[in-house]
Amino acid sequence: MLYYTLKRLGLAGLVALTVSFISFGLLYISSDPAIAMAGETASDADIEAIRQLYGFDRPILVQYFDWLQRAMSGDLGKSYYFRTDVSALIAERLSTTMTLGVSAITFAIVLSVPLGVAAAIRPNSVIDRIALFLSVMGQALPSFWFALMLIVFLSVTFRLLPTSGSDTWQHFIMPTIVLGYYAAPAIMRLTRTGMLEVLSTDYIRTARAKGLRPRVVLFKHALRNAVIPVVSLTAVQFGFMLGGSIVVETIFALHGAGFLAWESITRNDLPTVQGLILVFSLFYIVLTFFADLLNAWLDPRIRIN
Amino acid sequence: MSDRVLHVENLTVDIPLATGILHAVDGVSLHVDRGETLCIVGESGCGKSLTSLALMDLLPTKATRKIEKLELGGESILGYSEREMSDVRGNKMGMIFQEPMTSLNPAFTIGNQMIETLRRHRNLSNDAASELAKRMLEKVGITAAGQRLGQYPHQLSGGLRQRVMIAMTLLCEPELIIADEPTTALDVTIQAQILLLLKELQSEFDMGLVLITHDLGVVARIATRVAVMYAGQIVEEGTAKQIFENPLHPYTRGLMRCIPVPGKTKRGTPLGSIPGMVPSLIGDFTGCRFADRCELAGDVCRQSDVPLRDPNGKTQAYRCIHSIEMLAKGGVA
Amino acid sequence: MSEINSKTLESQTKSSVFRRRVFGHQGVMIGAAIVLAAVLIALSAPLIAPHDPYYQDLLNRLVPPVWDSRGSWEHILGTDHLGRDYLSRLIYGARISLLIGVGAALISGLIGTVLGVAAGYFGGRVDMIVTFMITVRLSMPVVLVALAVVAIVGGSLQVVIMVLGFLLWDRFAVVMRSSTLQIRSMDYVAAAQAVGCSTTRILTTEIMPNVVNNLIVIATLEIAHAIILEAALSFLGLGVQPPLPSWGLMVSEGKDMMLFEPWLITIPGVALFLLVLAINLLGDGARDITAPENRN
Repeated sequence: MLYYTLKRLGLAGLVALTVSFISFGLLYISSDPAIAMAGETASDADIEAIRQLYGFDRPILVQYFDWLQRAMSGDLGKSYYFRTDVSALIAERLSTTMTLGVSAITFAIVLSVPLGVAAAIRPNSVIDRIALFLSVMGQALPSFWFALMLIVFLSVTFRLLPTSGSDTWQHFIMPTIVLGYYAAPAIMRLTRTGMLEVLSTDYIRTARAKGLRPRVVLFKHALRNAVIPVVSLTAVQFGFMLGGSIVVETIFALHGAGFLAWESITRNDLPTVQGLILVFSLFYIVLTFFADLLNAWLDPRIRIN
Repeated sequence: MSDRVLHVENLTVDIPLATGILHAVDGVSLHVDRGETLCIVGESGCGKSLTSLALMDLLPTKATRKIEKLELGGESILGYSEREMSDVRGNKMGMIFQEPMTSLNPAFTIGNQMIETLRRHRNLSNDAASELAKRMLEKVGITAAGQRLGQYPHQLSGGLRQRVMIAMTLLCEPELIIADEPTTALDVTIQAQILLLLKELQSEFDMGLVLITHDLGVVARIATRVAVMYAGQIVEEGTAKQIFENPLHPYTRGLMRCIPVPGKTKRGTPLGSIPGMVPSLIGDFTGCRFADRCELAGDVCRQSDVPLRDPNGKTQAYRCIHSIEMLAKGGVA
Repeated sequence: MSEINSKTLESQTKSSVFRRRVFGHQGVMIGAAIVLAAVLIALSAPLIAPHDPYYQDLLNRLVPPVWDSRGSWEHILGTDHLGRDYLSRLIYGARISLLIGVGAALISGLIGTVLGVAAGYFGGRVDMIVTFMITVRLSMPVVLVALAVVAIVGGSLQVVIMVLGFLLWDRFAVVMRSSTLQIRSMDYVAAAQAVGCSTTRILTTEIMPNVVNNLIVIATLEIAHAIILEAALSFLGLGVQPPLPSWGLMVSEGKDMMLFEPWLITIPGVALFLLVLAINLLGDGARDITAPENRN
């Protein structure tokens, strides 16, 4: 298990390094990042000032290593638009996004796992068809449109929930639903498939032949094995939610990291964008690293030997 | 507690398919006494596994069973609810399956899986159950039993796992054990050990044993009585001695012919085989199911269903309309 | 003997079984019908659109659809804030969605298939590198990267297709890799190698025909994925640029007026939903029919 962990850690580190290089390099897709940042209306003097300030005139690799060095000590540069440290900016906004993300994934799990299990116990029954129907519908629903529809119905027509801002927990209800529903179909399907597979295994047959009560067979024996792939998927979906949060936070005006991403992109605040790409990616890498570990730990065949 | 551990009368299993109803098991009747080993022999698809699952009421959901009589240790368990059956399974009646590699849950230790069986059916503390489990593992010939309890299934070999399965099935000292091809997935050398173990445990615990197999060698080694199944029906049954020395049904004879006997079978003689294929059991079927592959078959065989009969009252019954004398003359020995 | 006769055997021939599975599958039928309709509509846009989608009629702004009391048959689905006919924009919008969907899927499909098949077939270091690339790609947030690139380079139809094409290849690579691995271990590949077939030949005659099934399934799903992403990007203003009638853009343009003129966001939203739904149904159905064991 230790060897497995170390191997995984090494891989994660390598991926993180590569991602950092790409995040850095994205800036240079445009021929001149200084111009890109300054905007179309800037004067030549302004552009030159930016170039000096951010060191765009140095060789690219030098810039990269410089940036990497500072990034490793937590300094992600200065936001051109907000005039503050990028790291501070992101750190401040991240808590809102985390809150949103955690409630969204919880919502998704609470919705899909029981549904998936129920569908697997009675394949081709009414509940199975409903589950599959909902999952197909959910996957086709564009999140931004869903958000607007929810706002129209819940906020305006029925005056149930606030439309924007992040002051109270009610402000998080609609964003949670919009961010969470997209992960639900995949989780439901995986749970269902996993349970179906597990329920037809020999060891479940043995459990029944031993006279164990149905609830024990289901929750102790079946679920324990079926849940293993779902853990990985959940982590992956949680990672994706950071990207999804951009749309959701922007529509609901939640001041999180996703909204920050949109703000900085539309203002060509490249250092912030860079920092955000790096932070989002690192988050995903760390998350999947721990999910892998958890996965391995849950399966005794990997944990021992 | 009666001597007759298992009594089944007229068991039928039907499975609805898209193309019709598959009559997988048709009118099977069996009985097993204490200390007796009944071997159910037949080729793949003859319905022997379904029969055993039907007895435990563990059939797949689509399959339906009909039984006239089902008695375990003299008590009828027909019409038992799922709850009542779950009290019986693992407790009065146990089952050992074919694939030891996949029959144990990989996520839990051996000890955990054995103790849960004990605590389900007996009021024991964890420690007492653990102690009993350990002793049972030793009884099936597993050394370092205490350590094994803490191990996971994947850490054991196939033969060991099967011993664990046997131990687990014996924990509550059932009256009847059904073993569905328990040695088929094991190495030949291990096979012999496991069969011997089963035989020893059977006499020690004074149980009835139903052993399902397709291997006549296994039957020869362990059977008290034999029931030969073909296409969902029992075509012959009797004591092991009767079946081996004097097989009556053309199918049984055909099976016996397939086995070379050292000393008897002359070099160069072609091994016997039974031409043809098992008929489709979907939809209604009248007449003898073996007719298309039988040398003695006539139109009369296909006209109406053939009953199992024991004309001499010697406990050897067979399902053929021809008389014993005709079969002896028929030249299929 | 029972009913095995020549008729039963006949109905088991490969093509008739296939046809029965296709036509009996509800999802595939519904999905195919809608997709076909969408494709036909998109292809014949110039012929069937009642108006020019770009023509601004400022005197007829925000006309409701025909089912509203204030609507008229002149503009069946009403007009937007610049007086442009919504039905025409919807029809031309189908072109955009399908073009981007298919375009992005083609590019990402090419990239992903090449990488995946190479990884699955050659194994070893090639596999390690490709798997690493996939992991890196998965770690990066697609929406954010796409937005950033579009912001730097400027938004347009072509840019969106390229960006999505270069970002969405991961699932292709993963599935093609595992399919290839599976096929590669089959005996007939070993046989071909033993006989001395060149790598190219093996790839084209043994591997590709057998992974094509999975490829089609993933391609449909990625087309739908690209369509939704483009809509989201355009909604945020960083995708297709106005005045192009991208459905996502139409929703964005209509959202300020969504309370009093709800059709502005409802109509393109429903269109998006139906198209993506149909493509997903097709993809799922294709998977059910050709490789049910991969259902997940």
